[in-house]
Amino acid sequence: MLNILGKRYWFFALSLVIIVSGIILLAVKPLPLSIDFKGGTILELQFTSKTLPSTEQVKSIFDKIGITDSQIQTSGDDTLILRSSELSESQRQTVISEVSALSDKEVVVLKSDTVGPSIGQGVAKRALLAVAIAAIAVVIYITFAFRGVQHAFRYGICAIIAMVHDVLIVIALTGFGSTFWGWQIDSLYLTALLTVIGFSVQDKIVVFDRIRENSGIYRKLDFETLANHSIVQTLQRSINTQLMTVEFLLLALALFGGVTLREFAVILLVGLLSGTYSSIFIAAPILVVWEKKEWKTWFKKTPQAA
Amino acid sequence: MDRRIVKLILILVLVVLVVWVDIPRPEGSAGLTIGKFHRTMNPVLGLDLRGGMQVLLGAKDGVTPDKQALEDTAKILESRANGLGVSEVVFQVAGEKYILGEFPGLTNTADVIAAVKQTGLLEFIDAGTTYLEPGTNVSTDYVAPSAQTTSPEAASSTPVPTPAATESAAPTTTETKVYHTVMTGVDIKTVNVSTSQTGGFAVDFVLMDNGTVIFKDHTTANTGKYLAIVLDKAVISCPTISTAITDGSGQITGSFTSEQANNLAVTLRYGRLSVPVEVVESRIIGPTLGSDSLSKSLLAGLIGFIIVALFMILYYRLPGAVAVVAIAIYGAITFALFKLIPVTLTLSGIAGFLLSTGSALDANILIFERLKEELRNGRNLKQAIDLSWKRAWPSIRDSNIATIITSVILFWFGSQFGASIVKGFALTLALGVVVSLFTAVYVTRTFLSLTTDAVKPDQYQKLFGARRSENA
Repeated sequence: MLNILGKRYWFFALSLVIIVSGIILLAVKPLPLSIDFKGGTILELQFTSKTLPSTEQVKSIFDKIGITDSQIQTSGDDTLILRSSELSESQRQTVISEVSALSDKEVVVLKSDTVGPSIGQGVAKRALLAVAIAAIAVVIYITFAFRGVQHAFRYGICAIIAMVHDVLIVIALTGFGSTFWGWQIDSLYLTALLTVIGFSVQDKIVVFDRIRENSGIYRKLDFETLANHSIVQTLQRSINTQLMTVEFLLLALALFGGVTLREFAVILLVGLLSGTYSSIFIAAPILVVWEKKEWKTWFKKTPQAA
Repeated sequence: MDRRIVKLILILVLVVLVVWVDIPRPEGSAGLTIGKFHRTMNPVLGLDLRGGMQVLLGAKDGVTPDKQALEDTAKILESRANGLGVSEVVFQVAGEKYILGEFPGLTNTADVIAAVKQTGLLEFIDAGTTYLEPGTNVSTDYVAPSAQTTSPEAASSTPVPTPAATESAAPTTTETKVYHTVMTGVDIKTVNVSTSQTGGFAVDFVLMDNGTVIFKDHTTANTGKYLAIVLDKAVISCPTISTAITDGSGQITGSFTSEQANNLAVTLRYGRLSVPVEVVESRIIGPTLGSDSLSKSLLAGLIGFIIVALFMILYYRLPGAVAVVAIAIYGAITFALFKLIPVTLTLSGIAGFLLSTGSALDANILIFERLKEELRNGRNLKQAIDLSWKRAWPSIRDSNIATIITSVILFWFGSQFGASIVKGFALTLALGVVVSLFTAVYVTRTFLSLTTDAVKPDQYQKLFGARRSENA
């Protein structure tokens, strides 16, 4: 049988490399918060003539009204995204009319958001709080649902550790996304993250459930073998569920879902993939590490692959 | 056997019902009405899918409004926006100091925000001997205290007569005459809706001591003249002062319907409570982007579903086909619920729905993987189906309950803070998960058990795809 758990430190190392490299990218460049979280104005203008004005032209319009922090980005072949600090209503109108004057055909306002500076921080803070409360509730529930097995509490904690792992993977991905494709953390990003969190916990419980069931059947087996056995038994299900929920549905969303949804779909693709990955390669292995109290040997000799 | 047939019939009835609900209705059709329950039977689309404007209004710094004041403010804003001729405008209290306004199909912020932000200012003006037609815009010599409008510095609530300033501040005025403001809504103590002597609805008010004196003096001196009641510079009614009012109570009559009288009453109360608000966030989604997102996500969903269906059938054979039917039923039920509750569909709501579709699929996959295992272990089909369901159930149950717990907490968070994105996501996710539990338990199981009756044992391998004998 496949020995997945034996290579557990390799999987830990792999995750660590991805997370750390993403975080380094984020540390070099500040967290790309969108106006949803730090306040400001975003305008998305579509040029029906398909000829976009130059970035300098647009920037000078902002400069004229005293806004010097504007960022101009193109999206697709006919759309400009203009970001800046918070504009007043009249400033906003000025920008729209002057940019429109740069084109000989109609300019369509696809989107126009203005967010005050205080509100976004509140959202982020409360979202974090909500997730923390949800995590505690999930730990309590798992402890209750797994009360039949030894150390039920550990299952909940491991599920949450693995969930945090998935969130970190997504944040690492954001590091790459913002460096290479100009991604920003906005409300839709928050939704994607929430989806990842929801899926992650659900998936852990399915894998843990098999350990729960098997521990009633194979009482004499040592925990590592038992856990490994359980993982292998659920492997086919993990792959198929992952294939369908994630790859098929989201790939369709990424390919056909339009520009707005593409970043969202890519984050979900990676995040949910990580959700399945971490059930098998993070959550269950940590259970084993915990069971064997392996940290006692970490600093004495090189970790042993059992 | 009998029980399964009964279940099948129940499922079929349910399917017919939800499909009936799901069928798109033509624009302006009657919808569904059962007693007081009425639904238009059209899906409610969020602003991000249909285009429109969303404004988050916050109480100004230093103001901590009580819940009632905020509710009243939201109500007033809504009736005012509807008064602008914009349909389906909704204002809701969001959290402790925010009001979220949604204007579907509207993208011109300037006018709307300006009109809506005004505080409801009620004035009693001395119209002298001219009758003012309700609806007329007038200028008055009242200058709003700053606390009610834009600058927070000054907080004086006494009318300061500076006619010139007011005139320039009210550009829509049709009359050039500047009327004297006798009193404002600030002096009103209580407001009630009643039926007037003529049979219509009226608004009764009782004045505070201060107002009683002003009112008494004025009505005594001006008996027989007109005293117009003006809301935000527009005349509501223009009664004659028949007798001097000395007890500080009065009645505003006009040809009000019950609803209009209520709105007016709320306006009067609001004028007194007055939560000064400012725009903290405004979002405009152009109609093009909205419909583009909608059609593209529908297309993506359809393509995704076809691929999933193909995979399920190819991989799991007969059970796969059963699952596809079950998932289709799941989708139909969920969509029907979205219409009936009704749930406003937004992009994040669709994400929640997508994730719950994932759990619905997962439940089926869990059962079928178990089924294969049990078949490989040499059980007969009937035993295998029963066992597979029983053994997969705890994992389906626990994983979905955890998801429901998460979504309930997220929903609470979303409602607390007007984070509609999170709320929409959590609601569709929770609903979808509940429905998916139902379809996994009820629909998949019943169908599977019934279809297998018709299958001969030598076809098992072919139909259930369990021929490879891996070690279990």
